[in-house]
Amino acid sequence: MIKHFLSFEKQVSDLEGKIEELRHLSSGADINIAEEIGKLQGAVSEELRSTYSKLTAWQKVQVARHPERPHFEDILNHLMEDYTPLSGDRNFADDNALTGGTAFFRGRSVVVIGIDKGKDTNDRILKNFGMARPEGYRKAIRLMQLADQFSLPILMFVDTAGAYPGKGAEERGQAEAIARCIQKSLQVSVPTISVITGEGGSGGAVALAVANNTLMLEHAIYSVISPEGCSSILWRSSENANHAAEALKLTAQDMQKFNIIDEIIPEPTGGAHRDPHLAIKKIGDAVENRLINLLSLQKDELLKLKEEKYLKIS
Amino acid sequence: MDWFKRIKEGITTSTHEKKETPDGLWSKCPKCKTIVTTKEQEENLYVCFNCNYHHRIGSKEYFKILFDNNKFTELDKNIVSVDILKFKDKKAYTERISSMQRNTGLKDAVRTAHGKINNNIVVVACMDFSFIGGSIGSVVGEKIARAIDFARVKNYPLLIISKSGGARMMEAGISLMQLAKTSAKLAQLAEKGLPYISLCTDPTFGGATASFSMLGDLNIAEPNALIGFAGPKVVKETIGKDLPEGFQTAEFLKEKGFIDIIIDRKDLKEKISQLFRIMKK
Repeated sequence: MIKHFLSFEKQVSDLEGKIEELRHLSSGADINIAEEIGKLQGAVSEELRSTYSKLTAWQKVQVARHPERPHFEDILNHLMEDYTPLSGDRNFADDNALTGGTAFFRGRSVVVIGIDKGKDTNDRILKNFGMARPEGYRKAIRLMQLADQFSLPILMFVDTAGAYPGKGAEERGQAEAIARCIQKSLQVSVPTISVITGEGGSGGAVALAVANNTLMLEHAIYSVISPEGCSSILWRSSENANHAAEALKLTAQDMQKFNIIDEIIPEPTGGAHRDPHLAIKKIGDAVENRLINLLSLQKDELLKLKEEKYLKIS
Repeated sequence: MDWFKRIKEGITTSTHEKKETPDGLWSKCPKCKTIVTTKEQEENLYVCFNCNYHHRIGSKEYFKILFDNNKFTELDKNIVSVDILKFKDKKAYTERISSMQRNTGLKDAVRTAHGKINNNIVVVACMDFSFIGGSIGSVVGEKIARAIDFARVKNYPLLIISKSGGARMMEAGISLMQLAKTSAKLAQLAEKGLPYISLCTDPTFGGATASFSMLGDLNIAEPNALIGFAGPKVVKETIGKDLPEGFQTAEFLKEKGFIDIIIDRKDLKEKISQLFRIMKK
């Protein structure tokens, strides 16, 4: 059962509470309640379908940040085989928010890179809440280089509020690391696919989202600034985050309309967090389709298509 | 103590008789408070005589400082922003743009031009902070991309003068894509072996440093310019501590290895042309 309900899921949480209650009751007595539970479950599905078919931008922000959404680690566990994490930027340190390595993805050898927010408190602290430091982006550059050298496709998975804005990160050139990472991802001549699975926050996300194909989960977001940040700058108060979210046009649907992304991966009813396994399978299917297509292209074609894609954006 | 007594009752000078200096004749250095006439300040390239503080200036001033006899040909002069997102905060984006255009006389936050600097043609893109904080939207990205193209096709060296708060919020996702676009263009320029110097001036942040501003063959800066990814306020909030003095200044970045040289504005023209002569294909 879902642990975190979002504020607009009140009705769903009430219904699921009732189901839970009934189940609890039935274990004590032998009343037949299967029918009642079935009815309630039907109501839950219906409620989820209707709520999730018309989410506002701000609600999508909350879904995209849902703690139970599939993380990069889950994707590694369920989609990749023989994953070997590779550490270090060869300059300063290793980064735990942005990680990557070699793996087999449905029988094909790949380099996989991703940003993970972490699943519980300790994990989140270890992974710096999914905010990578310059070392992370420099490690990504190194892994892209490796992939290019050995002709391995690069798969990237993005879920970050943004690059870490700390003192050390600034001292070690956060901006330069991101700029080089963006440029590197444009220069490699192997197939590159990026999936924004949750939050795609600003430059820290762009660094891993420039690819031959950029995909987004249905309720993921991609934004130049957090709605809260935008609200405090333009409305001079943090209370207009919902208006800011609307104005920023940060949903996957908007991104597709502006040709910033290539495909939306549908989520299970009620969001990826309701059925992470199904969501991950759908991610895998979409990535595989794209990969097969890209693998049929020559290196120079891959480079040319990628270049054209970014140069034609107005 | 008669001195403190007002002998004359009431001050009777009428407003039109008051002798005041007209606005804009004098300029005060925000750092050391030295006062000079604006004419002197202009002659000193908007640098304080006393403390070497470099005032923030725009494309008009930089073009005048750099191009021989202030002669240059502007590129893509008339590209203006289309409000693709129909962005509206307290003010509609289109309104913001038009009031900015009226107030600054600029079309957007960058001007691009080519002209001679000490007799050698250079393509210069110079950002204007006065236009929505030098923020990078589709016009800025496109003009810079086209300037890079122009340099590449004509075999000219490129100078980008950055002065920017980062990506433009009102163009959201489209602003973000300008990072990729300008980086892609710079890679093409590099392939052809043409030199690109990035001059970071006060301030250069966010989407600018996360793309073209940090990708120069040489990254140079003006003294004391603030340069970084996240602004000092955000960093301070993140770490919950005060920042050391000089944090994110050009000198700090040079010490950390991200800036090649710091150049006083008075030496800028000489140095730029010298470097381009050396790196010439």
